[in-house]
Amino acid sequence: MLEPGNIKAVNKNPMLKIADKIFTSRLFTGTGKFSSSTLMEDALLVSGSELVTVALKRVDVKNNEHDDLLIRLKYPHINLLPNTSGVRNAKEAIFAAQLAREALETNWIKLEIHPDPKYLMPDPIETLKATEELAKMGFIVLPYIHADPVLCKRLEDAGTAAVMPLGSPIGSNKGLRTIDFLEIIISQSNVPVIVDAGIGSPSDAAKALEIGADAVLVNTAIAVSANPVQMAIAFKLAVEAGRMAFEAKLALPVTHAVASSPLTSFLDE
Amino acid sequence: MNSFADIFELHNWDETKASIYAKTSYDVERALSADKRTSEDFKALISPAAAPYLEQMAQISQQLTLKRFGKIIQMYVPLYLSNECNNICTYCGFSYDNKVKRKTLTPMEIMQEVAVIKDMGYDHVLLVTGEANQTVHVDYFKKVLDLIRPHFAQISMEVQPLDLEDYQQLTPYGLNTVLVYQETYHQEDYKKHHPKGKKSNFQYRLETPDRLGQAGIHKMGLGVLIGLEDWRTDSFFTALHLNYLEKKYWQSKYSLSFPRLRPFSGGLEPKVEMNDRELVQLICAYRLFNQEVELSISTRESPNFRNNIIKLGITAISAGSKTNPGGYSVEPESLEQFEISDERSPQQIARVIAAQGYEAVWKDWDNSLAM
Repeated sequence: MLEPGNIKAVNKNPMLKIADKIFTSRLFTGTGKFSSSTLMEDALLVSGSELVTVALKRVDVKNNEHDDLLIRLKYPHINLLPNTSGVRNAKEAIFAAQLAREALETNWIKLEIHPDPKYLMPDPIETLKATEELAKMGFIVLPYIHADPVLCKRLEDAGTAAVMPLGSPIGSNKGLRTIDFLEIIISQSNVPVIVDAGIGSPSDAAKALEIGADAVLVNTAIAVSANPVQMAIAFKLAVEAGRMAFEAKLALPVTHAVASSPLTSFLDE
Repeated sequence: MNSFADIFELHNWDETKASIYAKTSYDVERALSADKRTSEDFKALISPAAAPYLEQMAQISQQLTLKRFGKIIQMYVPLYLSNECNNICTYCGFSYDNKVKRKTLTPMEIMQEVAVIKDMGYDHVLLVTGEANQTVHVDYFKKVLDLIRPHFAQISMEVQPLDLEDYQQLTPYGLNTVLVYQETYHQEDYKKHHPKGKKSNFQYRLETPDRLGQAGIHKMGLGVLIGLEDWRTDSFFTALHLNYLEKKYWQSKYSLSFPRLRPFSGGLEPKVEMNDRELVQLICAYRLFNQEVELSISTRESPNFRNNIIKLGITAISAGSKTNPGGYSVEPESLEQFEISDERSPQQIARVIAAQGYEAVWKDWDNSLAM
């Protein structure tokens, strides 16, 4: 018999593998928008996140040993995921990835190519091009994309390590507006699916994991909340709960009514 | 050429002004509760009818800014390269008819200034000049950009409007942002304030952002000089301009400034005064109208105003600024373009920002990202 409150006994929670790395936490985080770097450090630590994205434009890549933000991410359990935010095409993205590899000594790159600085919409054509090139060059590519199932398959063919479809416009906190497309992507993907952008609350994150997303990336919702540390914990718990529910197989919602005058009862007569 | 001039022509100044002043509290309430705000909503928000709703506007502005930009304020500082100028501008210390000693910094002097600016902690510099095409021209700018590029992550420029080909030549040198303020969209008054020099060409200035967009500039800044004309009407035209540019040059970022006319030696008194409440109203109205545009505040404003504006919608602030060429080290006593109001150092301002629960960000771009 189980002891009351013993969740470990039922939580097998198989670990997530991307490329050659194993992650126990399915909550990936970002470093932008925090009111101070100490607060960022605290929030990221309590979140348990093991993959943290950093905008190359925000850090001093050349003198990275002295960069305040990077210093605060120096923990054995934290893997850096440099991102290319700010580039407008594949050529710039590839250059940025090389810069990151050289300076930060990681071949992981979050590909963000948004030529549109207003809504930060990812460019599918340039993203595919860059993924093809970078994968050939030995990079572990995690591209931020629209929730486009065909694009996801094309990226798989191009050698992507994972796909990062958006849940809703980046920074919008609107949740999983693209859920129908996310479900298709998840059902047919051979690489991990990480829902990136738009996750506004822990319940959104839980929902993403419940429908089978492998992980979520959350930044704004934690950084901009009144209490980022507490919010980071809330997200950690929600992600764990969502994954657990997915593993336990959710009961399907009943979408049809049970008719009082069955149409097929004549067959029993 | 298709340009903003085509749209500008469709709007009559007096009718626009009258329509702003005719807005009622009903219009303001509608604008406040709207999800997507139209240019008519913007008119309501900058109208006198919106004055009683200032606190509500500030609350919304703060939330929208937090969502988009987070709890950060970007730091930048001007570097005045030259006060040579062939224009007569009634409101400017560098005006051609202002009998002062003229100076354009040499490469060595520029590096002296750069050293001081770097010591202040800056990684984003705004290059400023007057308009003297025989000495301060595209080749001069190229030399300056070459010289300072290794020292800054982001380089912005506020110089005379240039031709498309000039902008196309300068972007590969690391030019990221260009600011070009229309000063006023009141065409007749514009002529009065700019009686002589290349700047007197209203149309050429009006179409400068179009040329910047065509050159693929990363970011451009718009604005008017508040005090020359009715600020509400001028601000409406600024918003109209922004809207047009965003749709047409969708790969560029935009920023807005709202400089209020400051005293300088021998200068003009503002025709129209804008008080602090009104400036807050304008800042919040811009934010409610456009959630993505960057809003920048300079040392023209007083310490008390700047302390309190940090949380209300702005995204960038300058500090420790000198508005004279050589002002940081070469020739601190030379004539300044205008008197600044906030003399505090960048580090003091960074502490003020931190005290408000925000972080001062010194680097938010990397020259190596653009090719």
